[in-house]
Amino acid sequence: MAEPDQEEAQRAAIEVDRSKGDFKYEENYAFDAGVGLTPATVDYIAKVKGEEEWIREFRQKALKIFESLPMPTHWATADLDNIRFDDIRYYLSKGQKPVRTWEEVPDDVKQTFERLGIPESERKFLAGVEAQFDSEAVYSRMKDELEKLGVIFCGPTEGLRDHPEIFRKYFGKVIPAGDNKFAALNSAVFSGGSFIYVPKGVKVAQPLQAYFRINAENFGQFERTLIIADEGAEVTYMEGCTAPKFETATLHSAVVELVALKGAKIQYVTVQNWSANVFNLVTKRGMAEEDAEVRWIDCNIGSRLTMKYPGVILRGKRARGEVLSIALANDGQHQDTGAKMIHAADDTTSNIIAKSISVGAGRSTYRGLVHIPKTLQNCRNNTECDALLINEHSRTDTYPAISVRGRKNSVQHEASVSKVSAEQIFYMMQRGLSEGEAMSLAVNGFVNDLVKEFPMEYSVELKRLIELQMEGSVG
Amino acid sequence: MTAVAPAPAGVLDAARQSAETGQFRAQDWFAVLRQQGWHTFQSLPLPHRDDEKWRFSDTRSLSLDGYAPAPAPTAAQAADLIARSRLISDAAGLIVHVDGHCVLKPTLAPELIAQGVVFESLEDAVRARPALLQAHLLKHPVTLGGDKFAALHRAWLRAGYVLHVPKGVEVKQPFVSVTWTLTEGVAVFPHALVIAGERAQATLHDFHLAARPDQRALAISAADIHAGPGAQVHRLAVQAWGAATQSFQVDNTCGERDALISSVNAAVGSRRARLENTVRLDGAGADVRLYGISVAAGEQEFDQRTLQVHTAGQAKSDLLFKNALLGKARTIFSGLIKVAPDAQRTDAYQTNRNLLLSPDAEADSLPGLEIEANDVKCSHGATTGQVSPEELFYLRARGIPLAAAQELLAQGFLEEVLAKVGHDEAAEAVRGMLREKFHQA
Repeated sequence: MAEPDQEEAQRAAIEVDRSKGDFKYEENYAFDAGVGLTPATVDYIAKVKGEEEWIREFRQKALKIFESLPMPTHWATADLDNIRFDDIRYYLSKGQKPVRTWEEVPDDVKQTFERLGIPESERKFLAGVEAQFDSEAVYSRMKDELEKLGVIFCGPTEGLRDHPEIFRKYFGKVIPAGDNKFAALNSAVFSGGSFIYVPKGVKVAQPLQAYFRINAENFGQFERTLIIADEGAEVTYMEGCTAPKFETATLHSAVVELVALKGAKIQYVTVQNWSANVFNLVTKRGMAEEDAEVRWIDCNIGSRLTMKYPGVILRGKRARGEVLSIALANDGQHQDTGAKMIHAADDTTSNIIAKSISVGAGRSTYRGLVHIPKTLQNCRNNTECDALLINEHSRTDTYPAISVRGRKNSVQHEASVSKVSAEQIFYMMQRGLSEGEAMSLAVNGFVNDLVKEFPMEYSVELKRLIELQMEGSVG
Repeated sequence: MTAVAPAPAGVLDAARQSAETGQFRAQDWFAVLRQQGWHTFQSLPLPHRDDEKWRFSDTRSLSLDGYAPAPAPTAAQAADLIARSRLISDAAGLIVHVDGHCVLKPTLAPELIAQGVVFESLEDAVRARPALLQAHLLKHPVTLGGDKFAALHRAWLRAGYVLHVPKGVEVKQPFVSVTWTLTEGVAVFPHALVIAGERAQATLHDFHLAARPDQRALAISAADIHAGPGAQVHRLAVQAWGAATQSFQVDNTCGERDALISSVNAAVGSRRARLENTVRLDGAGADVRLYGISVAAGEQEFDQRTLQVHTAGQAKSDLLFKNALLGKARTIFSGLIKVAPDAQRTDAYQTNRNLLLSPDAEADSLPGLEIEANDVKCSHGATTGQVSPEELFYLRARGIPLAAAQELLAQGFLEEVLAKVGHDEAAEAVRGMLREKFHQA
């Protein structure tokens, strides 16, 4: 047991850092689509954004699909029924166009981002920053040389307006509106997000980064991301998410589509730290053509309920898909995460490594899908999911689904559940560590081999986040 | 033996069900149990494609039309099948059913009777031992999706047996039950009720067989297996119905404190066969081992659903299901380990291994865990793959033809589970059935 003083100090330390995203500013939005979702809301969004007719039709069709699909509560948690779609505001914007330099960003918005540390990140190595404040990107900057190489990094409105020949072909193709209820919702009201195109053979050495934030209460955020890496191109994209704390639940429902053409590589990194009242229901899928590689690195620390199963459709020969996932569920949180690997060509390989930690009364769930149809040969999948349970009432579930046919295909799946052994903690405490420190060291050890795969800034941030979560969990 | 109306009537015939139930008027509780089954059956829809508990199953071809209970076999038919039922030479008792009619009642050794061992037909037990049956018969809820089929089983319940080994009695020889389908399109509903008292020991072998290999039938069987404190129950259940049969098996297994239960489910027959086995570990120290083995060929679908529920702490469960697939066959393994919030110090494992011997075969695997206690050791593993090319090469280099080499390696793969049967003659009988399956394919 830690000394009372020490505990107090620990707690204080946690409070300070936890409040990093716990602040908000006065809302005075120029465009507000109001509360609730009707065809008029969708038309309003399309009109404000000055979109072409086909996009409006796409949105309206998606709305119909959204309305016709049932809540997936026959397999998912009943907590979904607590989302009040009629109480949500679907579009908010200050009417600003993305601006080019940091100085032009409005002061209160800048303050928000400064607290989140974005300019610092930019000053470091980041090649471009696209920060989203509620529905529209307010700040957008990319290093000149990237622009010269022909890399496009913009929002969906600009992408579909200025580069339809690039983006329209793949928009809504990897994740069609009818994919699931929340993908349909996003397709109806999407706003903001990143559209990225990396031309043939261009290897973007530094990661592109976006930061998402929900500021207004009862606001749903529906960003839409489409990343296309042309033949032989390489790109890493990183996103972080936070939201200030509100009394009522907030909804975040994004759609992220990745297209890796022949020989391309896309790596997509997420550190999700929404506040504990956010429903985070995200559809993420990549398509990998011949010799291409799509890699999802997904960390879920925040939110009330996250449902997210990044997937890769392995469409070309020798394509490779990978999902590395870390989830941490604390009191009142349910991290329902996993991965999908759809093999659709010969000689494709996929790898899934998922690690979850359940603290207090937190619940973490792994859901997986591995599909190898009968026409294929020489496909391989490896899946490992390990769960660590910290407290007596922590909970973990594992629900993989594996379907295999064909010649010379093989899959292996392993899962284990364990706790931090009393011997380990005793050993460390005997050498002078507090119980909290010992626990966080053990937990960091549990995820260490995965964290090593992350870009450096993220692995440091993640380690710190885990430490903070763990220090409050014992004693 | 019960008289049966000569007119052909379907299994969904309400009047016929009610008339049959009427025969148990003197056993009020049993008539009520059957009626409840009928009502539940009628109130439930057939499983649908979207039903999570039927994921991957071919629900479209599910149909209960065209099956009906059959009249009792002739004396000659019965004698022939009884002779074919003598599979285990050291049986403690043998009971034989044909088309749902008991044609051979067990004769037990006098010392077993003196010790209070009961092994008799369900029909006799319904009349003679209402208290025992009311305490154990179909007491557990259906958890794995087969509610409608279990309800139909309940509604037509009559065939089957009761095995009760009282406190402290240890019987080493197996109790053997053989159930046959004979008439084309027959519907049978065999039940196994096994109760082992405190520290009792029992072994039982259930064979579900078809008089002709291509037999068409509907078989909805169920078993209630209960092991009291410190009891040991070893069960072998062999599903070898005819090739055109639809089979549903809904088993419930329950182990109290320090009980040891091992069960081996072997499957070779039926066009589609679904096995649901719910295991409850209700006492500390309970140890339950579930094994499954199958060779699926042609267009067979073997649908295996298991649930290991740890309600008490410090208990152990282990599961190993191995499937070899030929032709266009499909196997589905869906297993779940559930550890209740207070079931600390649980050890629970689950392994599913599938061997694809044909490019058109499909193996689906849904190994699941739901853990609500933290001091546990739980794991699951699932693999699907082919015979290793190196091993195949080794055998072929020694002049063994490809087909024979594949079969040898597949049999080697399955042998791990056969070793768990714990009875040489029974294991050899199963081995023979598996071998035959390879040769037909």
